[in-house]
Amino acid sequence: MIAFIVRRVLQSVFVLLIMSLLVFVGIYAIGNPVDILINPEATQAERAATIVAFGLDKPMWVQYGLFLQSAVAGDLGRSFAYSTPALTLIAQRLPATLELAVVAMLVSILLGVPLGLWAGLRRDGFAGRTIMSLSILGFSLPTFWVGLMLIMLFSVNLGWLPSSGRGQTVEWLGIPLSFLTLDGLKHLVLPALNLSLFNIALVIRLTHSGTQEAMLQDYVKFARAKGLASRRIIGVHVLKNILIPIVTVIALQFGALIAFAIVTESIFAWPGIGKLIIDSIRVLDRPVVVAYLLLTVTLFIVINLIVDVLYSVLDPRVRLSDARG
Amino acid sequence: MSKAIGVFRRWGLAVLVAGGLTAPAWSQDFKVAMSSPPTSMDPHFQNITTNANVIEHMFEPLVMRSPDGKLAPGLAESWSLINNLTWEFKIRRGAKFSDGSLVTAEDVVYSLDRPSNIKNSPASFTQYTKSIVGKKVIDANTVRLTTGAETPLLPDDLVSVIIVSKKATEGLASDDFANGKGMVGSGPYKFVRFLRDDRVELARSEHYNGPNKTPWATTTIRFIANPSTRLAALLAGDVQAIENVPTPDLGRVRNDTNLSLITATSQRMVFMFADWRDKSPFVTDKNGAVLATSPLKDVRVRRALSMAINRDAIRDRVMEGLSETTENLIVPGSPGYVSSMVPPKYDPDAAKKLLAEAGFPNGFGLTVHGPNNRLVNDEKIAQTVAQMFTRIGVDTKVETMPMAVYAPRGAKYEFSVALIAWGGSVDLTSPMRALLACENPAKGMGVVNWAKYCNPKVDELLMKADSMDPLVRSRILREAAGIISKDVALIPLHFQVSAWAVKKGLTYKGRGDERTYAFDFKPM
Repeated sequence: MIAFIVRRVLQSVFVLLIMSLLVFVGIYAIGNPVDILINPEATQAERAATIVAFGLDKPMWVQYGLFLQSAVAGDLGRSFAYSTPALTLIAQRLPATLELAVVAMLVSILLGVPLGLWAGLRRDGFAGRTIMSLSILGFSLPTFWVGLMLIMLFSVNLGWLPSSGRGQTVEWLGIPLSFLTLDGLKHLVLPALNLSLFNIALVIRLTHSGTQEAMLQDYVKFARAKGLASRRIIGVHVLKNILIPIVTVIALQFGALIAFAIVTESIFAWPGIGKLIIDSIRVLDRPVVVAYLLLTVTLFIVINLIVDVLYSVLDPRVRLSDARG
Repeated sequence: MSKAIGVFRRWGLAVLVAGGLTAPAWSQDFKVAMSSPPTSMDPHFQNITTNANVIEHMFEPLVMRSPDGKLAPGLAESWSLINNLTWEFKIRRGAKFSDGSLVTAEDVVYSLDRPSNIKNSPASFTQYTKSIVGKKVIDANTVRLTTGAETPLLPDDLVSVIIVSKKATEGLASDDFANGKGMVGSGPYKFVRFLRDDRVELARSEHYNGPNKTPWATTTIRFIANPSTRLAALLAGDVQAIENVPTPDLGRVRNDTNLSLITATSQRMVFMFADWRDKSPFVTDKNGAVLATSPLKDVRVRRALSMAINRDAIRDRVMEGLSETTENLIVPGSPGYVSSMVPPKYDPDAAKKLLAEAGFPNGFGLTVHGPNNRLVNDEKIAQTVAQMFTRIGVDTKVETMPMAVYAPRGAKYEFSVALIAWGGSVDLTSPMRALLACENPAKGMGVVNWAKYCNPKVDELLMKADSMDPLVRSRILREAAGIISKDVALIPLHFQVSAWAVKKGLTYKGRGDERTYAFDFKPM
């Protein structure tokens, strides 16, 4: 297992290196951020001075070398637009995004699993069909549209919930969290629901098919024959068995939730990293874009690793080794 | 102490009761939604409208602008010319920073020096302070500034330079301001809290004694980039006012009895430019081969293109009425504005004739470039103009792109005819120097002259415009404006019109400089 993890980490470093190089070359190819950031009335001399101050006058390979050098020391550079270290900028906004993603994840589990179970058990009933049809909407409706509709319905027409932004926060271990206050929760409901919509549908479908399959298994028949209550059969035996694939998918989806919260964050003016990355791409703020993508890749790598390890723990038949051809 | 608490209780209760009984509990708290958050709270970090829009609630420059664009007292209550190179500024009597300390001439000198000491500024303020070679404190309220050459626009330049407290900001890095350090200004508000990308919370400064007193005890500036969400926040009552009302929703705002729409002509002038080089990359024959000699060099062709554009239709259909067509590069009332200059009449037949005279009776091929996330309806404008060009026989393709791609390409002169805007200038020398002067890096001329226009006569007039006599300046600039128009150096389309929406019962004085000042929203 140790050897497996070590090998994985080495591979990850290689992936990160490639990733940073791709972003570096990509942004370099688009153009010079100073062209966008500087006031158009500034003279050529002022423009040149700004380019030198950002180190953009050096050849690309030198710039990349300097980046690697400080990256090894844990410094991913300072943002051109904010003049703040890129990692600090991301760290400042990460709690908001993580909070949103965690709540969205919880919503999709707490709604998705029971609904999927229900639909799986009553697949020919009215409830089952309705749930399954609605889950198709969850897959197919575009997030930005649903978000706007949620705002129109719950904020503008009904006036129940605030339309956008993050609510009141309280500091916990120095991290500002909003789900601990009533105002914060009110602000969280709509964006979290919007972000979780796809995942609710996904969990419903996974639970639905898992339940249907499991109900035909011998152990369920045996438990029935043994006279166990139906609640215990479903709540313990069936659920336990169908949870393994759901856990895997949900864990992987968590990374996606964080990385792709961008749309929900822009619709709901949620001050998270999605908003930051959009703004940074808009002004070719390379240090922030590179840092963000490296962070996202790291996140996916770590989640993947955890899932693989967890899988081997949950299912003793799985062994951790690299596939060999 | 107990008395104070009693008073607080009584008032607290009164506010609660008022809030519960009357529908709009306005007299205390005000919330406004802006479209872009500031990149920094340091007033000298980046020269960009979105930062100034927030910072100017708490800080003042020496000179400000009134809503109609005229110079007005800021922190300086008056200024005068001592001789052609020396200006004297008088600080407002009793002006205090939000920490209660008096604003002194020392603070002014310190603030004018500060821009050149900011590290890693992506857009430095030194362009406004570099003309000053000497700063002298006369007394606590008076400072004299000496310029190296005659600088008639020094007060205009100083509109952009904020005065900070020397005591509060000495030794601070730009980043520190976001946490509230150094956020001590002489403006109508004092800083309470900045939540990056989300909101800025402000409270009325009791020490402010200037002309822009705010009616609100507390104010929250929310940042909502998505236009639909911004409007939804207003409709839902989360904010009482928004800036930059999205054009597709104008009808809805106009028809809503609970809202009022406020508009003002912006100084942002939207224009097309046509390449002046002998050979231009996107000017082709009808088969797509680049022409050896670009027809765009011929003034008749440029005039034909200008005549082919139906500016009124763009205003009515594309901009939903939110534009003002123009042939001038600057708004009425600015030095160099010529009221008799109007856009050429829309006349496709005459345009075709002009093309034929220039030797292109069948037109030619062209690609128009433009940004798609910078100006109001930029992509739609480019498409509309392209259709209008095609109507006179110039087969036009359109390519729009994000500003991040557009600006670097423009700087490399990769366009033939392109759409862009010039903003925030109230004097013709500003677009002349940057957009139209012959390129001259040593003198800082023609920095964004992406069309490669060069007319020595215009340059000569630009040099002469540095006269301290406003009448002489005005005459010279009007002459220059005439030449620029006759050359069709640029093809001006329109000024944008800024739009604010507020809840009924509130008023706002619309401004041309795209500022949204919370203290200017007043209950009726």
